[in-house]
Amino acid sequence: MLTSARFVALLPLMLVAASAVTVMLGIAWRRQHAATVAVTALGLSLALVAQVIAWQAGPVQTPLLAFDGLAMLGGVLILGSTLICAILSHAYLEQYRGAREEFYLLLLCAAAGGLTLAASRHLASLFVGLELLSMPLYGMLAYAYRERRSLEAGVKYLILSAAASAFLLFGMALLYAQTGELRFDVLLVELSGETGLWGLAGVGMMVVGLGFKLSVVPFHLWTPDVYEGGPAPAATFLATASKVAVFFLLLRLVLDVPGLQGRWLQTLLAILALASMLVGNLLALTQSNLKRLLGYSSIAHFGYLLVTLVVGDGLAAETGGVYLITYVLTTLAAFGVVTLISGAAGGEDVAALHYYRGLFWRRPYLTAVLTIAMLSLAGIPATVGFIGKFYIIALGVEASRWWLVGGIILGSAIGLYYYLRVMVTLYLLAPGMQRRDAPHDWGARAGGLVVLGVALAVIVLGLYPAPMIDMAAQLGGVP
Amino acid sequence: MILVWLIVIPFVGGILCWQAERLGDRPTRWIALITMLIELAIPLWLWGQLDFGLPALDGEDPRWALEFRAPWIPRFGIDIHLALDGLSLALIALTGFLGVLAVVCSWKEIVGRIGFFHLNLLWILGGVIGVFLAMDLFLFFFFWEMMLVPMYFLIALWGHSGSRGRTRIGAATKFFIYTQASGLLMLAAILGLVFAHHANTGDYSFSYEVLLGTSLSPTLAFWLMLGFFIAFAVKLPVVPFHGWLPNAHAQAPTAGSVDLAGILLKTGAYGMLRFALPLFPEASQAFAPVAMGLGLLGIFYGAILACGQQDIKRFIAYTSIAHMGFVLIGIYSGSSLALQGVVVLMLAHAFSAAGLFILSGQLYERLHTRDMTLMGGLWGRLGSLPGFWLFFVAASLGMPTTANFVGEFMVLFGTFSTAPWVVVAASVGLVLAAVYSLILMQRVHYGPPRSDEPLAGLDTREFLMMLTILALVLWLGLYPQPLLDTTGAAMDGVQQLSEIFDRVPAGADALTEVR
Repeated sequence: MLTSARFVALLPLMLVAASAVTVMLGIAWRRQHAATVAVTALGLSLALVAQVIAWQAGPVQTPLLAFDGLAMLGGVLILGSTLICAILSHAYLEQYRGAREEFYLLLLCAAAGGLTLAASRHLASLFVGLELLSMPLYGMLAYAYRERRSLEAGVKYLILSAAASAFLLFGMALLYAQTGELRFDVLLVELSGETGLWGLAGVGMMVVGLGFKLSVVPFHLWTPDVYEGGPAPAATFLATASKVAVFFLLLRLVLDVPGLQGRWLQTLLAILALASMLVGNLLALTQSNLKRLLGYSSIAHFGYLLVTLVVGDGLAAETGGVYLITYVLTTLAAFGVVTLISGAAGGEDVAALHYYRGLFWRRPYLTAVLTIAMLSLAGIPATVGFIGKFYIIALGVEASRWWLVGGIILGSAIGLYYYLRVMVTLYLLAPGMQRRDAPHDWGARAGGLVVLGVALAVIVLGLYPAPMIDMAAQLGGVP
Repeated sequence: MILVWLIVIPFVGGILCWQAERLGDRPTRWIALITMLIELAIPLWLWGQLDFGLPALDGEDPRWALEFRAPWIPRFGIDIHLALDGLSLALIALTGFLGVLAVVCSWKEIVGRIGFFHLNLLWILGGVIGVFLAMDLFLFFFFWEMMLVPMYFLIALWGHSGSRGRTRIGAATKFFIYTQASGLLMLAAILGLVFAHHANTGDYSFSYEVLLGTSLSPTLAFWLMLGFFIAFAVKLPVVPFHGWLPNAHAQAPTAGSVDLAGILLKTGAYGMLRFALPLFPEASQAFAPVAMGLGLLGIFYGAILACGQQDIKRFIAYTSIAHMGFVLIGIYSGSSLALQGVVVLMLAHAFSAAGLFILSGQLYERLHTRDMTLMGGLWGRLGSLPGFWLFFVAASLGMPTTANFVGEFMVLFGTFSTAPWVVVAASVGLVLAAVYSLILMQRVHYGPPRSDEPLAGLDTREFLMMLTILALVLWLGLYPQPLLDTTGAAMDGVQQLSEIFDRVPAGADALTEVR
């Protein structure tokens, strides 16, 4: 039954869906890029406001969806990053020859899927959300289908993602066969008693399916290619909103039932975490393409984030929240710069590092944004990334997971190498390089302003993180 | 509030410099110079105003001459807590002074992108001052890591590429990774300490004074102490962790080398004195023999490798390792005299190394090489420059009347009662110091000249700069008492802590005898 409390909680989702329908009808009526962006941005902003209001109103449960603190914070992050993606897409698609408006339709559908996924408490809503999130992404990644790489990225993601979904479904079926339940909390309680062989296999398969979406090692193989090939705004969405949604779902699973993890699941997650940290960072070392590099770096960052799932109590929820906020802001800043520079002309994205050589002497403020993003990814103080790293290490130390702490430290040390390489490239004098540049008035446009705003947020929250911490502290009831 | 200004002024000055580049070179340099002069004037003024004779530890809280505290991240009890005592004051004054020198010595050396250069230079100094003032472990770590970024840029963008594939970017990256990785170890150790405190009391706090009294199990204390020690040992540097230093020193521009040798190395020693020893007195006590051994190793390693260097800045870099060996021995000797000596030695080394690096920079401006095999016979060709070389080389080998002599003598004298054999071995290091110093003078300034053409002598700016450092070295060498009075209380505090635990094992022995 649709009570007013439920209505408030569902309002963001409804608003996003309504804007998707509006955009679709609008396209059918008349193609107008600017108007489409305006409708999308308006819908997403309203949804964002509604999400914040819903958060104030308090948690609500429905049979399929749980609007708890995790879902609310997840919703804010997903809607915020979708909004920024939409604005960046405007800058990016301006020069695109071909239909531009459908991109926003796909973006809105994916956002709706993300919201559903982050709030799901039932295997059915999990699957619906996940597919609603993934399907539009195929289209978004292959949007510039005249570019070989973009098409390749889309097809690659389609095939691998379908395989992962199959794993997920199979896992769900096994769990259902074992327990006869589809709701997480009940299901997990059943499992925590006696796992059984089928249950074990089911959980393992679900880990594979979700691990693929998070691009955790060893399910990471698609990441660099897809990041590199997909149009920059699509890659941005994939790196932020999509991963945030999946991670919040996992976090709910782990937090819901503290006794869930028999030691083997914890050990499994710890191994995945360590592998992701190290492999992600090591593979990033030799990359000369900024988008690939960011892809590998995101693998490493989700390795760090998995620590929260391994620990699963105490500061875990708060850490996950803080780290995701820092990760989303930083990634948006980094991808934002790539998008702005790539958008000026058609053709392949400008992601090879040599295009960025000496950018500082042409575009000092844009370079400052990218520098801040790199410093934040590396976790240097005065950026928000440091707060995230601080939390993760604190969590590891608190839970006495010394191996993971060691992995984080080692991974960060390796990571520094490539973040610094990107950073210093920006400042080297360019001896007559090919120039592809952001438009001259980038800073005065919506896309530029958004990127500057995100960079400012990275610095401000890095210096004064109290508001962010307060927000995340509501997630877990730890003194 | 004045403590906040000490930190804020360099950062603001740096941004002003960046923007002033549009107005031209001179305004930028003058803004940087004025900023650093203010930064030097404030601690000197404070020195006249405040009384540093307060007992630092009278069994209760340390007392600060000046303090500032404001909440920052209440969730974890993190404050912006700044405090000043004699030790901090001396090091901040040193930072201000070397900051002025760094600006002046790059007046002609740096010609490209000077706005951004001075931004980085001033931000390093701001970060270092933050390190010397922070009394909250989180804040300390914050500044500790933050000062790396501008230093990285300074080396990577304005450095010299060395010979045989030693690139400046490689050197900068190595420097950054060494310090950052060890810094994260320290962060883990800080968090370990905080959570241990949390487990004892239920409160989160990063405050130095609160954590000072945390009771830890000996094993945990040892590991946490090691986390701190490694971070500081990388900065100092102690021998197995010194890999970044020769490259970073050699490849950095003169101003960068001056800052590195003069101030950044001192943050390591400061960290040990302020944090590693007082926070973990028992563990440090147990670790002291190892630390002293590493110090000895550093003395010999640095001295012997220095003899084999051809690049003049690498040469000075290796002598720094040797000098820091003495500092390490002094820190872990646990005697008040040696700790006082450490402070004198730190300042003395800052002056003499900065002097030598500036002289190498001046030599490079004239000869366009740092390769010692291409020098020789410069004594008659350079005006008064070789005279200054002779003085600073003599200071570096610890000649009486120079500050280095006072420092080394106090360290060795103070350590003798606790570890006589270490002192005996370290004294041999003094002989090695004489050997490498003479080698340096011989190779660069004596011998057959390569040509008879006279080179440009020192201009007024350079001459005044060198004269100031020379005067300071002589002053500390002849009359170090004002400095000792200032830092005495702080050093007694450190010493008292370790003495408390000197008695504990003695008491324990007595107990077993009674049994």
